[in-house]
Amino acid sequence: MTPHWKKSAGAIAREVAAQPGTASAVLEAHLERISAWDPSVHALLARDEQGARAKAKAARGGPLAGVPFVAKDNLCTRGVPTTCGSKILEPYVPPYDATVIARLAAAGAVLVAKANCDEFAMGSSTENSAFGTSRNPYDLTRVPGGSSGGSAVATATGMAAFALGSETGGSVRQPASFTNLVGLKPTYGRLSRYGLVAFGSSLDQIGIFARTVADCALVFAVAAGPDENDMTTRPDGAFSLDGLDLSPGAGKGLTVGVPRNILKEGLDPEVAAAQVAAEEALGRAGVRVKEVHLVPPAACVATYYLIATAEASSNLARFDGVRYGYRASDATDLLALYTKTRGRGFGPEVTRRILLGTFALSAGYYDAYYRLALQARRRIREDLAAALDGVDALLLPTSPTPPFAIGEKAQDPLAMYLSDIFTIGANLAGVPALNVPCSFTGSGLPIGVQLVGAAAAEGTLFRLGAALEGAIGGERRWPELPS
Amino acid sequence: MSAPAASRSQVGNPVSAWEPVIGLEVHIQLRTESKMFCSCANRFGAEPNTLLCPVCLGLPGSLPVLNERAVGSVLRLALALGAEVHRRSIFARKNYFYPDMPKNYQISQYDEPVVTGGTLDIGERGAPRLVPIHRCHLEEDTGKSFHPEKQGDRRETRLDFNRAGVPLIEMVSEPALASSDEAYRYLTRLRQLVRVLGITDGDMEKGSLRCDANVSLRRPGAKELGTKTEIKNLNSIRAVERGIEAEIRRQAAILDAGGRVEQCTLLYDVDHDALAVMRSKEFAHDYRYFPEPDLPPLLVSDAALETARRELPELPAARAERFETALGLPAYDADVLTADYEVAGYFERVVAAGAEPKAASNWIMGEVARVSKERGWSVADVEKTFPPARLAALADLGKRGLVSGNLAKEVFAAMLDDAGEPEAIARARGLVQESDPEALRPLVRQVLAENAGPAEEFRAGKEKAFGFLLGQLMRATGGKANPQIARDLLRQELGQGP
Repeated sequence: MTPHWKKSAGAIAREVAAQPGTASAVLEAHLERISAWDPSVHALLARDEQGARAKAKAARGGPLAGVPFVAKDNLCTRGVPTTCGSKILEPYVPPYDATVIARLAAAGAVLVAKANCDEFAMGSSTENSAFGTSRNPYDLTRVPGGSSGGSAVATATGMAAFALGSETGGSVRQPASFTNLVGLKPTYGRLSRYGLVAFGSSLDQIGIFARTVADCALVFAVAAGPDENDMTTRPDGAFSLDGLDLSPGAGKGLTVGVPRNILKEGLDPEVAAAQVAAEEALGRAGVRVKEVHLVPPAACVATYYLIATAEASSNLARFDGVRYGYRASDATDLLALYTKTRGRGFGPEVTRRILLGTFALSAGYYDAYYRLALQARRRIREDLAAALDGVDALLLPTSPTPPFAIGEKAQDPLAMYLSDIFTIGANLAGVPALNVPCSFTGSGLPIGVQLVGAAAAEGTLFRLGAALEGAIGGERRWPELPS
Repeated sequence: MSAPAASRSQVGNPVSAWEPVIGLEVHIQLRTESKMFCSCANRFGAEPNTLLCPVCLGLPGSLPVLNERAVGSVLRLALALGAEVHRRSIFARKNYFYPDMPKNYQISQYDEPVVTGGTLDIGERGAPRLVPIHRCHLEEDTGKSFHPEKQGDRRETRLDFNRAGVPLIEMVSEPALASSDEAYRYLTRLRQLVRVLGITDGDMEKGSLRCDANVSLRRPGAKELGTKTEIKNLNSIRAVERGIEAEIRRQAAILDAGGRVEQCTLLYDVDHDALAVMRSKEFAHDYRYFPEPDLPPLLVSDAALETARRELPELPAARAERFETALGLPAYDADVLTADYEVAGYFERVVAAGAEPKAASNWIMGEVARVSKERGWSVADVEKTFPPARLAALADLGKRGLVSGNLAKEVFAAMLDDAGEPEAIARARGLVQESDPEALRPLVRQVLAENAGPAEEFRAGKEKAFGFLLGQLMRATGGKANPQIARDLLRQELGQGP
């Protein structure tokens, strides 16, 4: 018999709907995985076993009935600490649930724990968490990616059936690629950001980790849709599973474009090989592959770091020790309260980005940096739209390298920023992108590829993802529990 | 409700060698049901920190949702000013740290405001003085700081966030006002307008209208503007007027001595008539404005404009015009009554209840205004004692000849403490005038008998004696005889009447 923790979210929901009592057993199986795995990988921060047990006991029906999940720690959860991986929010417990958390709960899903992440989602490895680095379950000396690394690790190890993460620039797809998972960055405005602690508001989007395309689509259908609490949600953002073909033949007749011009340099050979394997696999599934042209991604990185840091400098201004969170107790005047609280509360990467963003918005520099970045962003969006014209999606690597070693890039911010080189374009353009597991390196590290579609084309991405999944085939390769 | 304002004398400009140039920035706090970006109640005077939610408290993860009613308010103001409404405008973040500002940025508008241009007329009817308006935009209010309170050896600042997120319109004039008196009239007229528009109570003491003034001086006739200073937080119309006067004097003294005015922000202490520098130019904030990513562009639809147009009430000048032409009031009455839209409304309700317009105007501008001033009554207070129908009934007593002149004022005074109908009060207190000739005739005869000499003089052609006899008759009736009837009767009995 398949253990509960190996089951898909869809399978669990069906079993619980048929036999409500099984939800508790399902939860216990996942809690056991947490006990077994988490000491080695440190995927989780606050756990809510009591709340989860009550929820599982009450689970009856709903599309995610009794399905255990974890949420990145920048998603507000009523009564459960939400730290964003930062000392400055260490004592913070939100009084409300993020819209997406509430929608999942209404569908019967069971929140088990909050997942570790880079501080305020700033990073690509979880090494910037104030509460310790998460580790890649396929090689404990390597990073799981970031910033949503904890969510990825929890899903990859069977601590949760799926997880919520968030993307500002690749923070779901890259860790999904590093941990053998499907990872969706939806169209901007399709999932409500209400309750997602903001980093770069015009880029932020909640994302989904799952082990299969079908599970990812299932969770997406529950979570997506307009929200009266978020004016940036799309009125037509709801997603229906009706008529969605996720069979191996689902991609037949579709076309993907490969931007070969940006894949010539700086690509790890095993990643390049995985890209070729993905193209061949899609070909076998009846998907046409053609070449397209994309703007060199270095421009995306520069544009991204101006816009994201500018918005972050403003978004993070509220963490000042006045109303909630950490407060320096030895401040004797207002300025000292601010500088001591923020100086001690924020880690070095967050501090760096606040300073960068403050500078980019300053009088005399705004035109040279922020305004220029907004113009560049429009160009990037147009360029991506042009590349998508005539194809159903783009196919390209998610990360230029397989998972890197812990500490390898921690002292070199620029090298770390460049690990997001292929993912950032979709965030700047606001279009959806889906990481799909593709292959493993010789040493057993996962490599994913991503499909990037036009706005609101998640359905197409799911079809292509299912086609790729089917064509690659084979048993899931679970990480081995360290002895 | 206040007594009719006497026309203000020009406040003398203390300096003639310099021409002041003044611009005003007024924050108008909107009286919407809910706050600007959340559904919390927008209410003044609640217990501190009771009107809060994650949004107006700026909790992590919260997002703003625009209150359409606030947009309606700024559209009505734009229409009243004849300003341009931009169909697409942008919210922007104004970034600076202050403890009573929950997000440490304020959602405002910057380079693409919803309204630009227009004029505010601060002149008289028929003699307009149009002050050009630079812009009006929407933004959110901050909380309030109460500082510092001594707590043992610590000094504590207390914060109340009830006001955080209350909708504001910031209305900025062009630097086009020439004196503190013009600034006074600008604010008076603006307050009248925004009250008529129903977008605020306009109460400066409650902070519903807050004013900053920019002041510079230049040689008369010069084209270039001088260096300006900004006076912040002028929280009464008097403070605006006097603060500007003080700043004009301060700058003139500097310039007269050959010095240069330094750009700075000042605070004015109205109690001590003193200006203090709050920050100099070097410490000016860099607000790092950028487009608010949490709000889509503000789009004003045809329907929204149409609604604003439909909801636009009659403006004071048009109303005064109508009082003159349709109701036949003198221009003076029309201006006095429409100076306060609540008074004008009360007047119209009294007329609608059947009062003759001029009579209603006389009562409202006379006894009602006098008593309101004595007792500090608002129009609402007036209406508790004098509902429109009741005042109309009082006015009607005069028209029907039941009471007149001083007797009517006595009835009015009695109505303050007696809830009865005016006529009943007049009768019960014997204030009704006697109009029955047969009831008066014996008295007339008695007066003539007692004053045979003057009666004889009158019959001999001495017309003056008639006034004396009439006076005697009125005295004999305790002032209650209907004067016209009494006059006719007297002539009759003297052998001259019909």
